[in-house]
Amino acid sequence: MSNSTEAGGSPARSLRERFPLLSIIAQRMVLSLILLLAVSALIFGGVEALPGDFASTYLGQSATPEAVANITAELGLDRPLVTRYFDWLGGVLQGDFGTSWASRNSVSEQVGNRLGNSLFLAAFAAVIAVPLAICLGMLSVHFRDRIPDKIINVISLAAISLPEFFVGYLLILYFAVNFGIATFPATVYQGMGFMERLQTIALPTATLVLVVLAHMMRMTRAAILSVMSSAYMETAELKGLSGWRAIVKHAAPNALAPIINVVALNLAYLVVGVVVVEVVFVYPGMGQYMVDAVTVRDMPVVQACGLIFAAVYILLNMVADILAIIANPRLRHPR
Amino acid sequence: MNDITKYLAGRVTTGGMNRREFMGRAMAAGVTLAAASQLYATSASAQAPKKGGNLKLGLEGGAATDSIDPAKATSQVMFTAVRTWGDTLVETHPETRAPVPSLAESWSPSPDAKTWTFKIRKGVQFHDGKEMTTDDVVATLKRHSDSKTESGAAGVLKSIKSIENKSGNLVVTLDSGNADLPAIFTDYHLVIQPNGGVDAPNAGIGTGAYKVKSFEPGVRMTFEKNTSDWRSDRGYVETVEIITMNDATARIAALSSGQVQFINRVDPKTVPLLTRAPTVQLLTTSGGGHYVFIMHCDKAPFDNNDLRMALKLSIDREEMVKRILGGYGKVGNDFPINDTYALFPEGIEQRSYDPDKAKFHFKKSGHSGSVLLRTSEVAFPGAVDASVLFQQSAKKAGIDIEIKREPGDGYWSNVWNVQPFSASYWGSRATQDQFYSGAYLSSADWNDTRFKNEKFDKLLITARGELDEAKRREMYRDMAVLVRDEGGTILPMFNDFVNAASKKLQGYVKDIGNDMSNGYVATRVWLDA
Repeated sequence: MSNSTEAGGSPARSLRERFPLLSIIAQRMVLSLILLLAVSALIFGGVEALPGDFASTYLGQSATPEAVANITAELGLDRPLVTRYFDWLGGVLQGDFGTSWASRNSVSEQVGNRLGNSLFLAAFAAVIAVPLAICLGMLSVHFRDRIPDKIINVISLAAISLPEFFVGYLLILYFAVNFGIATFPATVYQGMGFMERLQTIALPTATLVLVVLAHMMRMTRAAILSVMSSAYMETAELKGLSGWRAIVKHAAPNALAPIINVVALNLAYLVVGVVVVEVVFVYPGMGQYMVDAVTVRDMPVVQACGLIFAAVYILLNMVADILAIIANPRLRHPR
Repeated sequence: MNDITKYLAGRVTTGGMNRREFMGRAMAAGVTLAAASQLYATSASAQAPKKGGNLKLGLEGGAATDSIDPAKATSQVMFTAVRTWGDTLVETHPETRAPVPSLAESWSPSPDAKTWTFKIRKGVQFHDGKEMTTDDVVATLKRHSDSKTESGAAGVLKSIKSIENKSGNLVVTLDSGNADLPAIFTDYHLVIQPNGGVDAPNAGIGTGAYKVKSFEPGVRMTFEKNTSDWRSDRGYVETVEIITMNDATARIAALSSGQVQFINRVDPKTVPLLTRAPTVQLLTTSGGGHYVFIMHCDKAPFDNNDLRMALKLSIDREEMVKRILGGYGKVGNDFPINDTYALFPEGIEQRSYDPDKAKFHFKKSGHSGSVLLRTSEVAFPGAVDASVLFQQSAKKAGIDIEIKREPGDGYWSNVWNVQPFSASYWGSRATQDQFYSGAYLSSADWNDTRFKNEKFDKLLITARGELDEAKRREMYRDMAVLVRDEGGTILPMFNDFVNAASKKLQGYVKDIGNDMSNGYVATRVWLDA
């Protein structure tokens, strides 16, 4: 062991040589952390630069100069920007996002609730959408340029072309108003049973599935198709494998990297980009929470939501990167 | 009984019409006063309240930032919530808006209207079982009026000098006489809490018809019946659920699919579609809220009264009510008071669209070129469309209005009350005095037209301390005329409150005090199975 260290020069270099995969992954993680830190500074700065102040926005037309002054003083907004940033960052590292200016409740507690709701909806949509998209993608490769392929393509493209709120309204109109078989509004609350919850979020889940399906499906189809034209697929065909088996056993694993990437991107969207769906279905998720806070300039909440959204995006992209590295033999064993 | 009166009586029975409206229409249809009055009474009593059921309200105007503390209640959702779990000292009569007793049994002013004595009701229990005392009342009023308060009612309580418990009665002393003190105590922020809510402002404990069961800000709030309620003429349903629904289409879908029984803020444009559903009834009430274009009287070119008059004459009010409010409103007359206020000065000539007269005043003002109007979708619903209508009607009078569309975010801090000519709205206030003191007195915090008129200020202060109603009414007339002819307010329309409900919901009282039956909707209605 010690011999090899001496022979390989500096210890760091030898580590990289001995565990190439691990060190690439570690590098990704460190990069992600630095990125997150930069984003936190950006969020804090951006929020500070927003026009309008909290006290007068919150009190509206019933605000008197005295009430505004009282609120501003109580929040301690007189301290310098940098001090407040580091105070905030210190709190965040310990999981404390501060206190909401408007409701005076702990932000962490409220965010926890809302984030739970958002993740629940996203997870449920993902559990349906991801396998469905990949299966449909493989199916459409199998029936390439034939009727099933065309049907899958037209339907999924139609779904992605309609704005998500419109898909939502259509589902509400037919399933809630006309047929009366679905629950609306999709408001979940604390103390609701699991099955009741699932039933309540059926419509928003269906909307989200329709919206993200096409993107993932088409990427799967394109990635597998590009692999299909390679020499080893021809060999597979020549040695007598059925078309479906060749796709599942040989083409799909080699097309994994781009598929993982597009799945990660869509998962991130499901968590952070669904504010419109939340509003339409009256679903108490993170997006709605953040918009409420921006309207009254409730900065601690805006910052917390911004940071969590950024963290989700960075985390999912990092996981996608790492999985792509593991899935790719050339990255696994670099020369 | 002819067909029209039959129809009207039917609407009273289903709760679609209040007494004032009924009498007006029935008499227009040729029924004598006594007969109409008799008819109203029989139709109204045909409906005996039914008890029980779960009432679901889908309301716009809630946010994750909502707080249950009544001092901080601002949104529509929290306004309704506060009215559901709490009581104020005084309430307003739904039809006349005169102060009527609630937690205060009676009151009397000193001759100079400076010292007021309120007799507090005995035997009223808070939700936690404790007896409400005069000390609780004193503590509540103090919390909302001390110098460190963050209460939304701080402004209307500014003139209070002392609040005391004198042998069981509440005695309030003011800086100067105010004949409207009981009306001020109807403000929804001022619900009486145990020890004034000093220890636990967010407890949601009051004396109201319902107890708060759960509260998730911006999502949902639930209530259950207060079984030891001190009043028997309210609180018919068993449980109440308020769901925050900020999307207009979601509210309409929820109502038409029967998932909620009441929604607020119905867009006038969607009314014809909504009322096509056989299960839905429309509930409109006239109110004192209004949409305005405001000019700063102290900034050029608006410091010239002829230019202001020219602009006032070049707006087509009838068209605005028709197009912007879909007919659910009344034309305004350039002063902020209408007949939903007590002591409304009747008979002031209605200003109407007159391009020729506008041209005359515009020429006299000596102004040339265009005037810049700032507007935004958040100023009031349809504000951008209204600005364009204004631009078109002014063009016919030879006045060129340039429209600048401002971003909605930050409009209230960067444009309104800052720029010299902009679109805005005002909600109703409890009294004329409160409205004028807040927005038209020279020294008012929100004098958004920079209207500074010594004669007006003097009248306002005198009227405030005047206990003789006839004299007061006369003064309010003079003030209205001053604002109408010299002020910076172009007031084309008063908007109705447009709500909708399931036909199962009955007993809805059209209260001119404020939106949603003055916030009391949950305590006043019942559900017909």
